[in-house]
Order: sequence, then structure tokens, then C-alpha cells
Amino acid sequence: MEQILTLLQSAVVFGTVIMFGCVGETISEKGGNLNLGVPGIMYLGGIASLAGAYGYENGVSNPNGIVALIIAFICAFAASVLGGLIYSFLTITLRANQNVTGLTLTIFGSGVANFFGGSLNKMAGGVGQISVPVTSGMYRTGIPGISGIGFMVYVSIAVAIAAHIFLSRTRKGLNLRAVGENPATADAAGINITRYKYFATCIGAGISGMGGLYYVMDYIKGTWANDGSIENLGWLAVALVIFTMWKPVNAIWGAYVFGVLYWLYYYVPGLGRSSQELFKMIPYVVTIIVLVVVSLRKKKENQAPQSLGLPYFREQR
Amino acid sequence: MSQDVAIRMTGVTKTFGTVIANDGVDLDIRKGEVLSLLGENGSGKTSLMNMLSGIYYPDSGHIYVGGNEVSIKSPKDAYELGIGMIHQHFKLVDIFTAAENIMLGLEENGRPGSKSVTAKIKEICDNYGFEIDPNKKIYDMSVSEKQTLEIVKVLYRGADILILDEPTAVLTPQETEKLFKVIGNMKAAGKSVVIITHKLHEVLRISDRVAILRKGRYIGTVDTKDVNEQILTEMMVGAKVSLNIERDEPVNTVKRISVKNISCNDREGLPVLKDVSFDVYAGEILGIAGISGCGQKELLESIAGLQEVSEGGHIIFSDPKTGNDEELVGKSPRAIKELGVSLSFVPEDRLGMGLVASMDMTANMMLKDYNESSGIFVDKKKPEKLAKKIKKELGVVTPGITTPVGKLSGGNVQKVLVGREIASSPTVLMTAYAVRGLDINTSLHIYKLLNEQKKNGVAVIYVGEDLDVLLELCDKILVLCGGQVNGYLDARTTTKEEVGMKMMYLSNHGGK
Repeated sequence: MEQILTLLQSAVVFGTVIMFGCVGETISEKGGNLNLGVPGIMYLGGIASLAGAYGYENGVSNPNGIVALIIAFICAFAASVLGGLIYSFLTITLRANQNVTGLTLTIFGSGVANFFGGSLNKMAGGVGQISVPVTSGMYRTGIPGISGIGFMVYVSIAVAIAAHIFLSRTRKGLNLRAVGENPATADAAGINITRYKYFATCIGAGISGMGGLYYVMDYIKGTWANDGSIENLGWLAVALVIFTMWKPVNAIWGAYVFGVLYWLYYYVPGLGRSSQELFKMIPYVVTIIVLVVVSLRKKKENQAPQSLGLPYFREQR
Repeated sequence: MSQDVAIRMTGVTKTFGTVIANDGVDLDIRKGEVLSLLGENGSGKTSLMNMLSGIYYPDSGHIYVGGNEVSIKSPKDAYELGIGMIHQHFKLVDIFTAAENIMLGLEENGRPGSKSVTAKIKEICDNYGFEIDPNKKIYDMSVSEKQTLEIVKVLYRGADILILDEPTAVLTPQETEKLFKVIGNMKAAGKSVVIITHKLHEVLRISDRVAILRKGRYIGTVDTKDVNEQILTEMMVGAKVSLNIERDEPVNTVKRISVKNISCNDREGLPVLKDVSFDVYAGEILGIAGISGCGQKELLESIAGLQEVSEGGHIIFSDPKTGNDEELVGKSPRAIKELGVSLSFVPEDRLGMGLVASMDMTANMMLKDYNESSGIFVDKKKPEKLAKKIKKELGVVTPGITTPVGKLSGGNVQKVLVGREIASSPTVLMTAYAVRGLDINTSLHIYKLLNEQKKNGVAVIYVGEDLDVLLELCDKILVLCGGQVNGYLDARTTTKEEVGMKMMYLSNHGGK
């Protein structure tokens, strides 16, 4: 029993990281932009929050928790949006290939983050491990009276619900989905394609970046590790978008399912190192199964946005 | 400017690269009238109207709406001026409901699916006699329902001027009747309706006035009650222009292909070709005339083995090498190609069929005979020689044969395409739109090449758009109308009017 509870708890913590990534990416994809830069954006969000928090905690003699929290948040959000902006400029304005641009952004993000992460570790001196106890402590605070789990878990659920309402209930959401499905139609209806795509991609990137913030501040408790785990999580977030069939509300349980599947190996007795790795594959296998099932059922609402990955140019003949 | 003019266009010009779509067009659309915009394919009807709906922006010229000069930069601007266009390819999002499509892009209150939106849709439907279920998804709708929805969408936005691009092309006769009734209702409500079409009987039936375009130029506007089919056809096709194409008398003509009762359907299962029969002779050029989408492409593809033919159809090929008769229906495209039947089709985007844009001339030459050499390594010498030969003989303007063909100008791309087909020394050469978008000198060069093939005893099939060329280049002309043979004429004795009429008006006798 206790084992199941700890499994669930680690699944929730794990799931929160990818839920942010997934919801952000869903918004971007609903606007027709397949941003494979999610891992890179999560890296950028993570390192920016860490750098901001470190700068603040070392800059003042008596750091205030709320201020530290806000600084880390703003740094993470701004850096992620910046990543999204680079991607948007290349794919929307210059109409570069989305896959290539996204992958490049991932490589860029991971390089930048690990470079500064390593430098920060060095600057911190001592045991060679940076720590931002005040900020991290704030992020790990639970909501009093409900649970001891960090409050970002609840934020992620709220964001997923908000994204769901935005996409399915509002006019702006309807317009955005039209842009991703059929930009020529949306254009003829008087929707500003470029503006919608930019906003969706950049805000989506900002939300994805929250995954990085949560990972650094709560998951690894305000430290930095150059082990590439953010990247793994980022790819899982991209897979989760498919698993949820582009519906953010499904991410709420889907992310936790991924978390359970990912940590399963820890609780299955008698696994060697190599069979552990096989178990870690399960979330991807499940995604492929979902893809196959969805394609077989041919229900159009559950497919990817029709113009996903395609650039739009009005006067094309 | 008189009070009753809703839109006035003066001197409107639009070009795409070197192609002139509209050249100094002047047009008036009056309030409360049904105006037909008539013209052959490629006469610039749709691009002219696209400039009113904000899809294209004119290079020069003025547009006045309600007496004020306006600049329509986007579809949104057009809606604000009360102009709505129903495109030939519907602009609807498949996975949305009717109501969601209607409210798309609007900035008013009420969330998707709310009562106020539904009520307004219902009001419009009741006023004009539409039938629409606001909650039906687009992918469950028939073509006619989609079109109705498009019209409702435009009316919902308060359009006073509706432009319909070939609205009846996809409808059944019953659905067409329904549409005409609705158009009548809209006219009665004081709206202006512009119909882009090339169907003469519809023009005569529904419109008050007819504006005619020819090759991007404005020819004139006439009152429908003063004209008949004859006059309209003449205005549409214009006076005969002499092109001075050399045409030799055919010699040693023998029957090469005999097409018997060919029918076929398109992907949606609608008939494209209906019981088509004709003969093709070696040493002759057979022209195929018809407005676009009348089955020309399918006919050529049937012969080339790319299009499945309904049961009962036969294509008999008399092989000059063996003297045997071969049935082509059921043969693979490769087997047909090996018999010497060659097809070069120049699609609207030129590079879509037959050439790979990012590869150079040599590599494109190889595409045709990739299976003739053995071994795993590529033999580049032969295609290289061929590429050089084509470059020299046809005067292809290119920095070199290693330049990707996508970088060449349109005319040169076509020379490469046609040159390659001719180089394979076919017994039957089929070309479609070989001179599409080419200047006159290049066109003449291609005609010369075709004539040389004819002299060599090749059976040439030439699908063309320009009637003047068909009349001067070909020996016989087969006219297709709605997928049926509507005439098999001697190009030397027929007239432009006769061909034009047969293209647009299916005579009851059909056939020969």
C-alpha cells in the first residue's frame, strides 16, 4: 500500500513537469505550429529561473521568499517566450521548416542551459553544487490544509483546465483552431493568421517553460544537473500531446499515467539495469498504440490539426 | 457616378510574375442586380474577383465602393465593405460545425454554440429559404449543403455584394434550381450578386447583365435581354487571330489508336468521362478542345494507363513495329510506355508532374529511362548527352545542365519536359497545355517540334486552351463537353465560333 502511494506521489511530481510541457505544446500545435523545441524551451525556462534566483539570493543579504518566487517565475517565463519567439520568427515569418527549426531549438536550449548550469555550479563553489534554498523552498510549499505537495502541481492542473476552456469555449480559441486546421479559411474569415500563430506559439512556449521551472525548483530542489533529464522529459511532453489527442484536459490524467508508467520499473522487483531501461520505454510504446488506435478509428476530431507543420502564404497559386 | 453603382473598378491590373491575369479592367456592379462574369478559362475572372474579396491586391487601378475609393488589403476589409465571396473551393473548417464556421473570425458577443448565434442563423435561413442545421459537422455535409453554408456565412456578415465563383460546377440540376431560387430571393432583397461562370444557358437564365473578359482584358458589358448564345460566344472567344503556324498536309495517315466507349469516374465516384469514342491517326495532330475539367486529363491518363477505365471500354493500339493490335486497357503504365505511347502533361504549377524541381536536367532525363540500364550504379553519360542535346536544340536558357530545373523560367522548364518526351522517339505523343504561360516565340518553337513529330509519322494528341492555336496547328479537333464527345471537326474548315459553341453547349446528337 505504502509503495503504491509513493509511486503515485512520484508519478504526480513527474507528471506535473510534462503536463506543463504538453499543454504549452498543444496550444502551439492547435495554431498549426509543431514545435519540437519543447525540450529546449524547458531547458531555457529551468536555467533562467535558477540563474535569476541565484542572482537574487546572493545579491541581497536577507532574501524574501515571495520576491524570489516572482523573480524565478518571470525569468523562466521570459526566457521560454524568447525561445518561442525565435521559433516563431523562423517558421512563421521566414517560413522555415518547422521540424528542423524545432530540433535546432532543442539543441540550442540544452547547450545554453548546460553551459550556464555548469558555470553556475562552478560559481557556487564549495562542493561544486549550486543551491537556491529560499526560492526552492517557496516552490516546494504546499497549499496549507490540502497537502504537502508543491503548489505548482495545482497550478499545472489549473493551466490545463484554462487551456481547455480557451480552446473549446471561447471565440479566440475557435479562431486559433481554425488557423491550425485550415489557415486559408481562417484568413478568408478575416482572422490575422500571423498574429494568432505568434501568440499561440510564444504563449505555448511560456507554458512549456514552466515545466522547466518546476523541474529545477521542486523536482531537483533548486540545483542543477547536466544529465539531460530535462530533455527526456521534454520529449515525453511532446509524446503526451499525441497521447491526449490534442486535448489539454486529457493531459491532467495522461501526465500522471505517464508518470506511473515511467516509475513503474522502480517498484517492479527483480529488474536489472537493462530491463529497467525497457520499462522506461513504456510511455512511448503507449503513445504509439494510441496513435494506431486513433488512426484506425478515423474520427476526425481526434486527429492532429490538419495544417500542422505547414507554412501559410496567402497569394500562393 | 450614378447612384445605383455598388462597386466600380477602373484600370485594375494584376500580374503573377510574367503572367498578366488582369490588364486594365473596368467593371461596374450595380445595386440589386445579378451580374454574370463570363470568360474562358484563364481569362482572369477569378483573380479579378479575388481582388474585391481581399485575397489578391491589385498592382494598379482603382476600386470604388459606394462612390468612395477603397483599398481592400485583406478579406476582413472586404467584409467591412459588405463584399463576400463564395470560392470554388469552399473555405470551411472540416471538423467544425456549421455555426462554428459561420462565427469564425467575428468579434461579437456570445460564445460558440450560443442561442443568439443560432437564432440569427435561423433568421437568415428563413428570410432567403435556406435549409441548414447549425450543429452539423462539415465533414458530414454534401457539396450543396456546404455551398449553402458558405452563402449563409457571407450573409451573416452582412454582405450586400455576393460573389459566387462557378457555383453550379459541383451541383446537380435540382440543387442548381434551388440555388437559382435563392439568388432570386437575394436580388429581391436588394443585394448585388456576381456569378463567375462559363455556362451560357445559366448566364441567360439568371443574370440581368453580362460582363465579358477575354485573356485578362475587359471586353464589355451587355444587357442579358439583348443577347443570345451566339453573340456571347463571339464576345468570349473574340475574332480569329492569325498565328502563322506552319501546317503541312498529313501524309501516310494510318489509324494508330482507336478509343471505344471509354468511361471513368473521379475519386468521389462522379463520372468524368462518358462513353468517349474516337480514332487517332499517325501523321496527324489531333487537338482536344474543351473548358478545363471536362475530362481532358482523364482521357489522356486512360490512354497512358494511369486512370482506371470502367468496364466495357477499349483502347486499341496498332503497333507499327509488329503490326499487331494491342488492347491498352488493363496494361500497366510501364508496358504502355514501352509500346511508345508517351504523355507529357504540363499542370498549372508546371513542375507538379514529370519533373523534379530540385534536380538538374541530367537527373530529370534519367527519370524517363531509369529502368533501361542495369547494375547498381548510375550511368550518367547518356542522359547527360541528351540534356546537352535538348539544351542546344531547343535553346533552353540555363546556366548549365547541372542547374536545378526549378531555377529555370517557366518556358524553359516546359522545353525540358516536352523535349524529353520527344527524345524518347514515341509513336504516340500526348501533350497537355504544352504552351501554358509561354511567350509567343517559345510557343511557336514548340509547335514546330510537334509538327516535326507529325512529319515523322507520330500520332500527336494536343490538348490546348487557346482556340486559335488549335485551329491552326491541328488537323482534327475533338471537342469535349462535360466528359462527352461533342464534335469531331476538321480543323481546316471549322470556325472558332463552332468550336466555342460545342465546348459550351452539348448538342443532343453528341458523338460524330
